[in-house]
Amino acid sequence: MSTAHSTSLAHQFDSLEQQKESANLGMWLFLAQEILFFGGLFAAYMLYRWREPEAFAAGSHELDITLGLINTVILIASSLTMALGVHAAQTNKTRALVRWMVATGGLGLAFLVIKYFEYSAKFEHHLVPGPSFFFEPPIGGRAEMFFSLYFAMTGMHALHMIVGIGVLAWLLPRAARGMYNAEYHNPIECFGLYWHFVDIVWIFLFPMLYLIGRHYHAVGG
Amino acid sequence: MSHHVVPVKTYLAVFACLMVFTVITVAVAFVDLGPLNNIVMLGIAITKAILVVLFFMHVKYSTRMIPLVAASGFFFLLILFGLTMQDYLTRGWLGAGSPWGH
Repeated sequence: MSTAHSTSLAHQFDSLEQQKESANLGMWLFLAQEILFFGGLFAAYMLYRWREPEAFAAGSHELDITLGLINTVILIASSLTMALGVHAAQTNKTRALVRWMVATGGLGLAFLVIKYFEYSAKFEHHLVPGPSFFFEPPIGGRAEMFFSLYFAMTGMHALHMIVGIGVLAWLLPRAARGMYNAEYHNPIECFGLYWHFVDIVWIFLFPMLYLIGRHYHAVGG
Repeated sequence: MSHHVVPVKTYLAVFACLMVFTVITVAVAFVDLGPLNNIVMLGIAITKAILVVLFFMHVKYSTRMIPLVAASGFFFLLILFGLTMQDYLTRGWLGAGSPWGH
């Protein structure tokens, strides 16, 4: 019980170890709920793609694979910088922690900027579901569901990124003040879990939205 | 053990694996493998997700409670997918008509 008098220890916990375990467990329970939250969208995707495989392949061709790939690399890189940030906190390196957090936030913003340009292009090309939606025959309006799901899934993902960047902005000044160290860094660790979860969602969204039926290109859609 | 500090080298190795898998999944998408395309794509995505969960999210180094909670999320996800599809995929079997109303 050498840590019992630590200022980082809330009074309801016996030890820092128990406190950390509780925080992690709570965060994972939240993430288990998040898996099911996105799961509803994934189930809808599965169902409608089963119904209209050609329309989904044709819709997928309209997405910019290069921008999607760049964003995948950016997001995985941001997961790396986040993991290195947690590592910096665990090893008492405050300045490195701040640096990695800034890098993580910067990469997150870069992702959103690229997403903004992708969305703008979809508006210009009449690929946003609604009255102005237009898709070349013979697929035509059948492609609308693909784009509905594209916007719902990437939009919900982007919203999670925005929330993540907001939380990061809240953590950053605290990290700079040296509030997180080897003894206590639960907020950094829990935020890292959230950030990695959002990365995992994108790991599935990228192939499901951008890469389906690419090999049909020779035969045309 | 207060907390396991994962070496930086491990993080870099995981990042390299994730990049390699990303390149493979894009390359494979342009090759016609028939139904295998989807299986390879999903297999790679699941492998990448497992790498992130085990190393970046420290589940490999955590107490047993954490993998249990993480797995329960995916278990209920499979129930969601399974029960949804067993409904829609079998609606036509008894001549009840198309599930889509046309």
